[in-house]
Amino acid sequence: MIQFFNVSKEYPRTGLALIDATFRLHKGEFAFLTGPSGAGKSTILRLAYFEDRPTRGEVRVSGISSNEASRTEIAKLRRKLGIVFQDFRLLEDRSAEANVAFALEVIGTRRDQIAPRVQRALGQVGLGSKMKSFPRELSGGEQQRVAIARALVNDPFVLVADEPTGNLDERATRGVFQLLRDINASGTAVLMATHNLDLVRRTDYRTIEMDHGRIVYDTADTGRPVLAPEELT
Amino acid sequence: MRIAFRDALFAFRKAPLLSVLSVLTIAFSLFAFALFGLVAINIRNALEGVEERVEIRAFITDGTSTEEIAAAASEIARYAEVQGTTVITQAQALERARRELGEFRDVFEEGVLPASIDVRLRPGARDPRSVRAVASRIATITFVDDVRYGEEWITQLHKLRNIAGATGIALGLAFATVAVIIIGATIRMTVLARAREIMIMRLVGATDGFVRRPFLIEGFMKGVLGGVVALAFTWLAAATLQRYLNFDAIFFDSRLVTFGLAGGALIGFFGSAFAVGRHLKQV
Repeated sequence: MIQFFNVSKEYPRTGLALIDATFRLHKGEFAFLTGPSGAGKSTILRLAYFEDRPTRGEVRVSGISSNEASRTEIAKLRRKLGIVFQDFRLLEDRSAEANVAFALEVIGTRRDQIAPRVQRALGQVGLGSKMKSFPRELSGGEQQRVAIARALVNDPFVLVADEPTGNLDERATRGVFQLLRDINASGTAVLMATHNLDLVRRTDYRTIEMDHGRIVYDTADTGRPVLAPEELT
Repeated sequence: MRIAFRDALFAFRKAPLLSVLSVLTIAFSLFAFALFGLVAINIRNALEGVEERVEIRAFITDGTSTEEIAAAASEIARYAEVQGTTVITQAQALERARRELGEFRDVFEEGVLPASIDVRLRPGARDPRSVRAVASRIATITFVDDVRYGEEWITQLHKLRNIAGATGIALGLAFATVAVIIIGATIRMTVLARAREIMIMRLVGATDGFVRRPFLIEGFMKGVLGGVVALAFTWLAAATLQRYLNFDAIFFDSRLVTFGLAGGALIGFFGSAFAVGRHLKQV
């Protein structure tokens, strides 16, 4: 599924963002990535969808290695990943329907298959009645649902979500989180970065906690911090 | 491909002002280049007109028979550099002198002026060296008394032509470079305006080729449109000059028009390929 082997990432300007990270996300699993801002959560996600390549170590996603993947292989891999962001990243000049259809068009899906799949995906996120609405006509929670529908429409094996509730009020947060749980319940793995500890505490999903670029806690391992508290500073 | 065409047209509709501005930028860049081209071909045309007057005149010794002169004229006409020859008898020479130099018509008496063979040269053989070589060869004919071709005038004309040619190439390259830079910057602006769309395309799994395609089509269309507008501007400029300055200018022939439009299309296409390729390398 998603595997990190001793992965470090160093950016030229900001220095080390991730240090020696090793973990594996299993099929159908739901895992939180938590930690303060700058802990390395987004770096892990960017490495998981190959937007960045590791400085050291290796990332393997669905058998594709970060050490060998070509740009075309990465493009094809992303068709099997769903990616969701805090800022939704919708095209403002296209309707909800067109935004979701866009994800199918760019990968050459047959024309007659696009409309039913878009309807199904938007129905799945509860926006079947707002297909023609433009992003500016939708609330933050609804926009994030459109983004999730776009991520789901290609039936991904994993959904990678970077602070998907970060811009939402509490009610919308609960709705989007429930949606992600439903998606996971139907078999899609979810790797979600968040610093909303309420969400994390509310469930018993696996939690990978990060601090200063290191994985300091992974409930899938020992259930205890992997570094002693004095090492965290 | 259908989606690429749709997206290219959508980009025109979505940002009409930016599209019109980029078409106009391409048009004005090509217009400047076309105006220069128009001046260049008119100068070349004028110089060719003057060059057509490059001629060698071989004066014949008195007493040479008409048959011998005709045979020599035919032989000279077979030289590779020669376009044609004309035999001028003594009587014709006198008549021509009286016509061309009217005020001295009484000075010329019959039999004073010699017969001659006038030799016209092919285009490409009107440079000083070729003219000199042909003249020297003609001078070896036994009954040729003297050979004249205005050596100094031909040398000056050739120099002028070389200067005009070199200036034309240098200015042409400069104009073309400026046009390519301006057009490249314009296309880069349109790529940057759609950076968000490109980012989303890549995130949902579009290949670089798919991302590139609508930009290439858009660049091609803008190039063709810019070329058509530039051509219209150039035609208007030439027509205005002709009308108000009474200047008999020649305009581009169909081959040059096609070349110009194809040039605009190629600049638009490759400018887009370069701009979007550069952008994709950075993201």
